[in-house]
Amino acid sequence: MADAVIDTHGLAKRYGKTDALIDLTLRVDAGEIFGFLGPNGAGKTTAVKLLLGLARPTGGGGTVLGAPLGDRTARQGIGYLPELFRYQPWLKAREVLELHAALRTVDGGARTPKQAIDAALADVGLADRADDVVGGFSKGMQQRLGLAVALLGVPRLVVLDEPTSALDPVGRADVRSIVRRARDAGSTILLNSHLLTEVERVCDRVAIVDHGRVLASGAITDLLGDSTVRIHVTDLPGEAVRALAGFGQAAMGDDGWLSIAGVDTDRIPELVATLVGAGGRVHAVDPGRASLEDLFLRLVRGGETPRTDA
Amino acid sequence: MRAIWIIARLTIAEAARRRILWVLLGLTLLSVTLTTWGVERLVSLAREGDASEFEVQFGVSQVLILVAFMFSFVLAMTAAFLGAPAVAADLESGVAHAMLARPIRRADLIVGRWIGLVAIVVAYAAGSGLLEIATVRFVSGYTPPEPLLAVVFLSAQAVVLLTLAMLLSTRLPAIASGAVCVVVFGLGWMAGVFAGIGRFFNAGPLVDVAEASRWLLPSDGLWRGTIYALEPPAVVLTALGRGGPAAAANPFFATAWPPTPFLVWSIGWTLLIMGAAAFSLGRRDL
Repeated sequence: MADAVIDTHGLAKRYGKTDALIDLTLRVDAGEIFGFLGPNGAGKTTAVKLLLGLARPTGGGGTVLGAPLGDRTARQGIGYLPELFRYQPWLKAREVLELHAALRTVDGGARTPKQAIDAALADVGLADRADDVVGGFSKGMQQRLGLAVALLGVPRLVVLDEPTSALDPVGRADVRSIVRRARDAGSTILLNSHLLTEVERVCDRVAIVDHGRVLASGAITDLLGDSTVRIHVTDLPGEAVRALAGFGQAAMGDDGWLSIAGVDTDRIPELVATLVGAGGRVHAVDPGRASLEDLFLRLVRGGETPRTDA
Repeated sequence: MRAIWIIARLTIAEAARRRILWVLLGLTLLSVTLTTWGVERLVSLAREGDASEFEVQFGVSQVLILVAFMFSFVLAMTAAFLGAPAVAADLESGVAHAMLARPIRRADLIVGRWIGLVAIVVAYAAGSGLLEIATVRFVSGYTPPEPLLAVVFLSAQAVVLLTLAMLLSTRLPAIASGAVCVVVFGLGWMAGVFAGIGRFFNAGPLVDVAEASRWLLPSDGLWRGTIYALEPPAVVLTALGRGGPAAAANPFFATAWPPTPFLVWSIGWTLLIMGAAAFSLGRRDL
């Protein structure tokens, strides 16, 4: 098993009479992109603040990079993009990175700090705005700058709190590439978001939280379960439907759509060939896989039993 | 220590980039020019009117003390409104979150900010104070007995208020911190006046409360040091001879240096408030 970069047990945070986080048990392994999902007010940002030592837990505990929560030296290995990102508006973009490089004592490996800063700026598409004052940046550009700050010097753990909230679709696609490159460079990524499509496209594993509790966690493919393929087919003999049992649980609907639950997606071409061979005329095939959004809505609206891989 | 110096330099750079230093410099030059012109006119009129040199020197010393009071007020406001947003504004905007997620102590942020702001306030006090004293000397021939100590006390008063504003800004919004600081400064000054009057009338409880207030916030006691450093000894002796305890009630007159225990307390008070600010920010959930 890979080393745990984040490992928490029963982490809780109460503000006055409000429970922001009730029982967060979470493990994020080295080298993965981990999605932390939840509706607004679910406790995602509170959890991030506890992990970074910006707030103190009222219950439970855990480790980040092998050190207790809030450990100052462990933060040497962490890059962080806050949800409410804002950087000194009177500094130039390069100066913001120089400040954070100095505060963290960036070890760029073979790179000098200046080279690490240039690389971070180029990575987020701000190389040509490096000497512009941050106060003149759009919100999207400030978020890109925040990403550069978080990724500076290839930290062991990168925590991104809603990293695409201010970005257009092009910017979001860029962020997906940036996150994957950061993982490939050796960082572990904790991606905190409520944008499910973004998370589904880029994350290896996710945890879905609501009201301060983990409702489900695991690999996305495991959480979504098997596919239900729907095929619009006509002229199919009744006995041919029964012969599909080897693919999954088949049922012919009145609308001419055949549903087969539990199909291995790799066998869909074989399934279609079987239908055609039996005399059926295939008009359309819908892989019909449940989306992360479907699962998320079912869990958050309370329609499904929580499950985790922990 | 490294993080402290990084934040101190950042604070000074911020003041320069946001034109705070240049605005202060411009206002200082304007104030010094106008007050020097006024002193020159007064001195010329007095000498034309057969005033004795003692009377001229006495008059200039009193005008200089009033000008110093104006600077002390401006410095106090500057200190309060530099110190108040030093932490609160960064917390409100989120700038502090990105920095405090780095491997630095929260106390580093407090101490670094404090050093940077103290450097600005002291430079402003020294620059404006010494320039005023030099120009007044040029037009009147009057030099106060201890110009450097006057600037030291003027700066110390501003540092006291700056430190208080920073403590408040770890828990209160920037505007509230600044407002509280200004009110407390005014109350401290009034406590000094009440203490003098209370002594004249032998009003024990009034003196006790007023004296306690002056120790709770040492700004007025330090202001008295500025006055004493600017007064010619002859003026002090004459005033004491004629007015006695009544003279001590005058908020623009001092009969002696602030006592050594008070000066030691002022340094301890500043360190205590700094420590409280670091503790307060350290215990706060961000």
